[in-house]
Formats: sequence, structure tokens, C-alpha cells
Amino acid sequence: MNRSQHIFGSGLVFAVGLWVTWVSYTQQPAEAFLFPRLIASVFVVLAGWTFGKAVMGLSKVGNGVSRTMFVNMLPGLFVTLVYIFWAAKSLGFYTATAIAFFILLSMYDPTPHSVAKSWIKRGIITTIFVAIMYGLFAMLLNVYTPKEILF
Amino acid sequence: MEFIYYFGDVFTPLSLMLLLGGTIGGLILGATPGLSPTMAVALLIPFTFQLEAAQGLILLGAAYTSTVAGGAVSAILLKIPGAPANIATTLDGHTMAKNGEGARALQLSFLASAVGGIFGVLLLIFLTPVLAKWALAFGPSHLFWLAILGVTVISTLDSASVVKGLLSGCIGLWLATIGFDDIMGAQRFIFHPALGGGINIIAALIGLFAIPQVLTMFAKGRGNDGAEVIEVQRHSIMAAIRELFSRTRALSIGTLIGSIIGLIPGVGGQIAGLVAYDQTKKFSPEKDKFGTGHPEGVIAAEAANNAMVGPSLVPLLTLSIPGSPTAAVLLGGLLIHGIFPGSDLFDNHPDVAWTFINSMLIGQVLMCIFGLYVAGLAARVAQVPQSVMVAIVLALSVFGAYSVQSSMGDVYVMACLGIGMFFLERFGFSAAPLVLGLILGPIAEANFIQGSMIADATDGKAAYFMTGGLNLFLIVVVIASIAYSVWMELRHSRYTTKEEAQA
Repeated sequence: MNRSQHIFGSGLVFAVGLWVTWVSYTQQPAEAFLFPRLIASVFVVLAGWTFGKAVMGLSKVGNGVSRTMFVNMLPGLFVTLVYIFWAAKSLGFYTATAIAFFILLSMYDPTPHSVAKSWIKRGIITTIFVAIMYGLFAMLLNVYTPKEILF
Repeated sequence: MEFIYYFGDVFTPLSLMLLLGGTIGGLILGATPGLSPTMAVALLIPFTFQLEAAQGLILLGAAYTSTVAGGAVSAILLKIPGAPANIATTLDGHTMAKNGEGARALQLSFLASAVGGIFGVLLLIFLTPVLAKWALAFGPSHLFWLAILGVTVISTLDSASVVKGLLSGCIGLWLATIGFDDIMGAQRFIFHPALGGGINIIAALIGLFAIPQVLTMFAKGRGNDGAEVIEVQRHSIMAAIRELFSRTRALSIGTLIGSIIGLIPGVGGQIAGLVAYDQTKKFSPEKDKFGTGHPEGVIAAEAANNAMVGPSLVPLLTLSIPGSPTAAVLLGGLLIHGIFPGSDLFDNHPDVAWTFINSMLIGQVLMCIFGLYVAGLAARVAQVPQSVMVAIVLALSVFGAYSVQSSMGDVYVMACLGIGMFFLERFGFSAAPLVLGLILGPIAEANFIQGSMIADATDGKAAYFMTGGLNLFLIVVVIASIAYSVWMELRHSRYTTKEEAQA
């Protein structure tokens, strides 16, 4: 993995460590932050050590994210984020799940999109899956989910 | 022999149904590459909310046992270990399958799993109450050090880098402090309204184990992932039973090594299987046959990885230290029902403790019976395309996290932790110590605060936390586990450097 990825990753962890330490030692009441202070002290030292090793190019553990991996992952990650942070609440849980499920299935299914039968298959799988989820969560477990504009 | 009194509770219709469902579902989930036992158990936790504690644990325990054994199906028929614990099984199991002995390999693997698993659960039955009584002698300082020990042991043994493992543990301990402080009521690290009630452990478990798996599947892209299943010919089960007991050396080495390794917190089934395979090979007069489809390779590996399951729960049920990442998830399952491991569990909830343990014993037998008959079906399920699997896991994660408290905040926390964990794993961090930190953090903090109050009224913090035989013993074990891992890492890096230099 390239050095800059290690520096970025460990740098981010180090920044979180510094923030946790700063909050732990500055916020009041001090008694409430006794344990966080203990953790933060170890956290920031270890994060600093990891960051230092990354800067010096001595980090060896971890393969990072290759360009191919990232490109493959990006559409799925985008759909996941939209599904979780917007659609589930705005469209309704089951509608959003059906849409996200169908899109993900279509995006990562190796069958060529030109094959008409594959679209029908994906539609059937999505319908069966959402019906099972509805039966499990709405009817069996009585979980109330946001319905919003659809169900 | 208290456990005998609670045997009847396993045979109530609902318990039996959960045991059967957990066993068959676990076998199928275990056979599915990419679905680890830890992730399977984490995804099942939301389904236990409406159950009694004992029944919920029966479901989780059955799933734990069966996913480990079910992983052998894909290891043997697809050459893809269903779980890391089945890596050693692939070495001889798949070769046997290629040689037309797939049914024999599967039968031997399930029979060996059952023998190893039953021995492991018996160890759990006889060791746990003794250790739980011993745990009564533990005061706040000891419990604090035990919680720290739990985090450091898994941090150092489960990670490729000791520092990154410990750092993962620290991140988990910090995440556990988010929310309102129990004593002063002060807000701590609440940088988003979704964190007001702290991080929900179940949502976090689902996110940390399932979402990185989803992203890993995304990262593989649209490639044709359909693995080819080797056809299985018929083979007599009686012949397999006779063969298993004629190969007692492999069976006993696997069972003993798995049981011992299971007792050590943090060392998983993967290590148990590989060590047992290696030792059986060393003691075998047919060393050369290992790797070419030798049944003893399958027997040793499978006996070991299932023998590890029961003992891995001993430190969990007695001292709150999970012996494996899956045991950590089970601890989460216990805590949501308001049950704390240790003497409290055996004194105040013996029905829960013993029904759960007994169900694991029965579960081993059921796992063997169903394993022998549904292995073929499980292998077909293992062929479910990755595109379907990824969508199912994602949707189950979202529904599972939401159903904990009917809160979208939990879903957001689950997603953020999961995405963060995926990238952290790519940089060499590990989910297991982070989860342990998150679970053991509140236990460590509560005992630290309680101990500090006692210390302030007596000899001071240093004397209270750093003196006394048990405190010193625990501190030495913490230091020794870190030192051992540092030494192993240095040794490994030296060898790697030498090999690189020679290359």
C-alpha cells in the first residue's frame, strides 16, 4: 500500500485521539472525565506512534484501498448511503429497501443487463425478499418502521 | 450436577424450535462464504428481543455452534472456508472431495465436530461454576484489571500489529464513554443528537461486523463469483462413524488442542484448527499423506474448531471476558436482557445459564444429525450469488439496527461505525478488540470509579489498584500478553526482512 494512504489513515486516527484527549482534559465536571482521561492518554500515545511510523514509511500492516477496489465499491457505497441516510426515512422503510435491494442486485449481478430474463429474476428476488422482511419485522416482531410517503 | 435439573427447559416446544431453527439456519449461514459466525450471531440478536433471555441465548448458541461446523461444507465442496475456523479443513477436505470422497469428508467433519463440540461443552459445564465461585473474590480493582485484560489480550492476539490492536481497543473503550456519564450526568463526546443515549451495543456490533463485509463484497465488483460445487456421492454414515473412532489419535489431538485454545481469551477457532492440524501431522506415521486428502486432517481440524466453542464461553460466563469475537457478541446478547456474567448469572439466573449451556450440548448432537443430512442443501445455498448476499446482509443490518430501539439514530451509528471499520481494517486495525473495548468499557469504568471512591477513602489510588496478589497477577498477565505479542511481531518482521533480503 502506498505511504500516503497510511499517513492519511493513521493521521485521521491521531487527530481523533488528539480531540478526545483535549475534550477529556478540558471539559467539566472533571470527575465525569476521569476514565476518559485514562483512555485518552493511552489512545493519543498509540495513535501518535502509529502516525509517526506511517510518516517514516515504517507501517507494514494493512493493504489499503486500491483504485480498482474503490471504483468497484463506490456505486454500492453511494446507494447504501442514500438508502440509510435519506430513503429509509423519506420513502418508507420497505419501499426504500425494495429500491436499494433491486439497484444493488442489478449493479453487482454478473449477468449482462441486456438479458431481459435477468431483470425479471431480480424483480422476483426483490419482491420475495421484501415480503419476507415485512413478514418477519412488521408482522412477527411488531417493529414499527417509518412509513412516510409509501409503506 | 446442577445442570441436569434444567435439562427439561431445553425441550419445551419453543426452545426446541429455536434450537432446530438456529442449528439449521446456522449450518446454512456457516456454509455461505463471507458470512462469519460472529456476523451471523450479530445479525440474529435483534430477533431475540421478544424472547426470554434463555430462549434468546439458545438461538444464538445454536447459531454459533452450527456456523462454525457449517463452514466445513464450503471448505470441502467449494475450497472456500465458510469461516476462518475452517481454513485447516480446506487443506485435506477439498482434496478428498476432488477425489470423489466429498460425502466421506463431510460426514467425518460433522462427526468430528460433534465429538469435539460435546467435549468442549462438557468442559464448559464443569469448569464454569467453579470459576464463577472464584470470581466472587473479585473486588472493583480486580474487575477493572480483568476488563483491561480482556481488551489487551484480544487486542494483541487478534491483530497483525500489536500497536494497532491496542489502538483499536482504545477506540472501543472511548466509544463506550460516549453519552451521559452515569454518576454526574455530564455529557461526554456527544457531537451529534443520535449519540445522546450513547452507542447502542447491538447496532454497533451489527455495523462493525456486517457493514465491512458488505463493502468488501462491493469492492469485488461484478465478477462472476459462482463457485463450482463438487458433486457428492453416497457414503455410509456407519462406515464414517467406524472410521472416526478408528482414527482416535487425530480426534483426541484435535479435541484437546481445541479445548485448550478455546480457554485462552482472544485465540480463535482459526488458530485451533491450524494448530491441531499441524500437531496431528507431526504425530502421524503418515505425514506425507497430509495435504493430499488425508481424513485425519479433516478430523483434527474440525474436532478442534468445534471443541473451541464451549471453552471460549468459560471466561465469558465467569469473568465477563469473551474468549472469541463471537463470544463478545453473545455477551452483548446477555447484557441486553440485563444479565451480567459471573456469579450473578449462576446465583440469580441459573435457569438462563444452565438452559443455555444444556442447549449447546443438545445443539452439538442436532448439528451433527442435520449436518449429515443437509450438507448438500447447504452447499447449494453457499452458491447464492454475491450480489444477492450483499443486498440481503445490508437490508438485514438496517432492519436489525433499527429494531433495537425503533430509532433511526441507531441505524446512522451502525452505518458510520461499519464504514469507518471497513477503512480501519484496510489500514491494519481490527474489529474484535474495538468491540471488546465497547462491551467491556462500561464494566471497566464502573469498577474504576467505584474503586477510586474506595481508594480515596483508604490508601489512595496507587495502593488500591496496584497492590495485592490478584491485582499484581492480573497486571503481570496484561503486560505479559502485550510483551509476548510484541516479541512475536518483532520475530516475524525479522524473518520477513530476511526472506525479503534473500529474495
